[in-house]
Amino acid sequence: MNSLMWLIPAFPAAGFVVLGTLGRRLSRRACAVVGTGSVALSMTAAAAVAWGYLSPALPRSPTTTALWQWVQTQGFSIGFALHLDSLSLLWVLVVTGVGFLIHLYSTSFMSAYEGYGRYFAYLNLFVASMLLLVLADGLLLLYLGWEGVGLCSFLLIGFWYKEPANSRAALKAFVVTRIGDTALIIGILLLYTRLGSGNIQELLSRASSRLAPGAPLAVAAAALLLAGALGKSAQIPLQTWLPDAMAGPTPVSALIHAATMVTAGVYLIARMNVLFALAPTVRFLVAIIGAATLILAGFSAAAQRDIKRVLAYSTISQIGYMFLALGVGAWPAAAFHFLTHACFKALLFLGAGVIILNLGEEHDIFRMGGLWRRMPLVFGTFLTAALSMAAVPPLTAGFYSKDWILYWVWNSGPYGPVLWLLALLGVVLTSLYTFRLVFIVFLGPERSRPSGRPGSLLAIPLVVLAVPAALAGFLETPRHLGDIRVFSRFIAQTAAVVEPPPSMPGMGVWLILASEAASLLGILLAYGVFRRRLRAGEAAESLPRGAYLRRFWLAGWGFDWLYEQTVVRPYRLLSRAVGAEPLNWLYGGIGGLAVAVHRLLSLIQDGRIRRYAAGVALGAALILALVLVLL
Amino acid sequence: MTTVLVQYGLLLAAALFLVGLAGVLFRRNLLFTLLSLEIMLNAAGLAFVVAASRWQQPDGQVMFLIILAVSAAEAAVGLALILGIHRESGTLDSDELRRLRG
Amino acid sequence: MNGIVWISGAVAVISTLAAVTRRNAVHALLYLIVGMLGVAVVLFAFGAAFAAVLQVVIWAGAILVLFLFVMMMLNPRTEKRAAVRLRDIIGPALLTAVLVAELMVVMTVAPPQPPAAAAVQPEQVGSSLYGRYAVVVELASVLLLVGVAGAFHLGRGREKDEGR
Repeated sequence: MNSLMWLIPAFPAAGFVVLGTLGRRLSRRACAVVGTGSVALSMTAAAAVAWGYLSPALPRSPTTTALWQWVQTQGFSIGFALHLDSLSLLWVLVVTGVGFLIHLYSTSFMSAYEGYGRYFAYLNLFVASMLLLVLADGLLLLYLGWEGVGLCSFLLIGFWYKEPANSRAALKAFVVTRIGDTALIIGILLLYTRLGSGNIQELLSRASSRLAPGAPLAVAAAALLLAGALGKSAQIPLQTWLPDAMAGPTPVSALIHAATMVTAGVYLIARMNVLFALAPTVRFLVAIIGAATLILAGFSAAAQRDIKRVLAYSTISQIGYMFLALGVGAWPAAAFHFLTHACFKALLFLGAGVIILNLGEEHDIFRMGGLWRRMPLVFGTFLTAALSMAAVPPLTAGFYSKDWILYWVWNSGPYGPVLWLLALLGVVLTSLYTFRLVFIVFLGPERSRPSGRPGSLLAIPLVVLAVPAALAGFLETPRHLGDIRVFSRFIAQTAAVVEPPPSMPGMGVWLILASEAASLLGILLAYGVFRRRLRAGEAAESLPRGAYLRRFWLAGWGFDWLYEQTVVRPYRLLSRAVGAEPLNWLYGGIGGLAVAVHRLLSLIQDGRIRRYAAGVALGAALILALVLVLL
Repeated sequence: MTTVLVQYGLLLAAALFLVGLAGVLFRRNLLFTLLSLEIMLNAAGLAFVVAASRWQQPDGQVMFLIILAVSAAEAAVGLALILGIHRESGTLDSDELRRLRG
Repeated sequence: MNGIVWISGAVAVISTLAAVTRRNAVHALLYLIVGMLGVAVVLFAFGAAFAAVLQVVIWAGAILVLFLFVMMMLNPRTEKRAAVRLRDIIGPALLTAVLVAELMVVMTVAPPQPPAAAAVQPEQVGSSLYGRYAVVVELASVLLLVGVAGAFHLGRGREKDEGR
């Protein structure tokens, strides 16, 4: 089965090639078939490989399939090979599975717009790049996939390029992630030159054998890799691009900016967890960034009006959870949360897409309301996903994954309880903003009329995703609730899963109860505010109290303003200054100097021959004097 | 022959040269400029002859002859030009005749 | 002999000075002729009889007379006694003073040269002219021819032949 591994990225890549070259000449149906079909085939291949990997008859060890030699020069050779273990298999299954559902959804969603073939071409290229990223066995190949998804993100955010704001958003995404990418490539090259190999497994084994914990190389490399991950995964301080990236089509937001691309950073850190274990300070920084981001983004999400921006900030916040987990060494928990998050977040975005479409491109939640009656399917699936995200037990995947993270964080050393407290606050915020969204959009008086029910191509993905959004949690449950360890055993094939011993025995139950209470508290708060608004009869405007805070959170804690002042403005000034070509002054100055000297000298030529004779006499006098002096 | 030292002859030549130079520098009338030039040329010729007598060679006198010929030609042409200038602009003041300026 | 050289040298310098400073052009010319004659005496005293004769005949007798002719043609009026502004003469005066000073320095620094032992005979000059310097003589004659032609052309005037 492993010989089929290369097909997984190959199918979408072929789809891209076909659609890229012939897209304009193919009919819409043909484009849809090619685009969705390639991902479907990829998913099938992935399933086959997974079946081969997981079947008890065959040895379940990580395998590598070498494809060809990418670079071969003196002293420097890079292979093009794919590496499969449980971590990459998990990501492959999510990308192909969720990707296929989103492609299916897009065939109907995008039929209202132009550029159908172009859309599927880009989307296929994205899937191919993402698969390459997670299957890469070498860091440079991973970087190839990394750049590929960045490119596709740019192309797809700015898909409707005729609107200048969309292009600006695409550019902003690209530039901000570029900052991270630069750090990443420096880190990769650092590791390559110092440890002598680009192959990840080799690199990790050499690192653990040669470097002591806290070694400068490990710290530097881990820090650089972290910077790259921050850019791609939209964590502080590089998170400003994601809310604006919602300018792209909603399925794009679902696939790229919720389920897959933004998790590339999580994948990177999880994959290189050995390196991060060797740099404890950097790893702790990961946790701190994760905690800070999840809180900041949570507040921002609670203040947004645009439905997609709420979901964007919520993505940033949930990835903050994954980073927090990675930061305390809980990379299996992070991977589990990735799985559940992909399901419910994609579902939320797809549901939002249906609403937007049916309300005539309406994004403002304060113009929606009472949709539960008219769009019951959307309401049902959206509610399932919302409950999952808010981590309300017992039938929601989000509860179990988030709980695992919280448990791990609590037990993770001296700062554990502090971080746990922050994460708990995050739980309250999460359910607060999620249910604020649910109440305002679906309950209350109806403000806009939806134009119809969603078609089957839109509805099927919603339903299909609702299932794992509810049930996927049962792959891994805490000790007190069944102690299922399917996921841990699966992921342990990559590296051993070492859960920290409980710092306070018996706290387990209390922790679970605390997180339950927190999520319910959030829902209650959301409901309370909602009721107050209903009673006051206020339609769109926010409550006057705390308006300043609300505006601050709405603007994402002012990061955009900060960057505008400190980075963008000086850069623009600098480019304008350089654009005036200051070096030309040097050359122009030489010319100007020549002209000035000329003007000076031409004063001597006034046409008076007596003066000229006097000049000659002067010269003679000088030369004579010289001769006399020298002799 | 004289027992005057050669350098006094050269001194005389230099003095005459300076006088001629002063005339060129101080006088505005073009005729006087030309006249002063003749003085300078004469002084140079004198210097040549004096030097020749020091070295007992005829070359200095040959040079004197050449200077003479040159001076004659130059005076002729120069005076013709002065006639022309006088016809054109009516003045011989070199400070007035300034059209050839940079 | 020495005294004659001194006297005629002084006469030459004084009359040349006078020539340069006169306001009347004809007066200046006459003074200059005298100066030339003085120089001729000095030349003879240094043994260059041929040069002395040339000086008198050609310098004083041809060139300066030519000047005289032209002056009479131009009929220059006596220059008005314009106020001599210090600004006008300060530059040339300074220069001249500097040159005179340098001359003095040269005179004191240079070692004394012995006087001429014997006169250079005209025969020597003649054979040198037509021997070693024959080409120079030819060139000088060409120069004179050019001078004649040029003076003729330039002095002719425009009204008769335009552009000829």
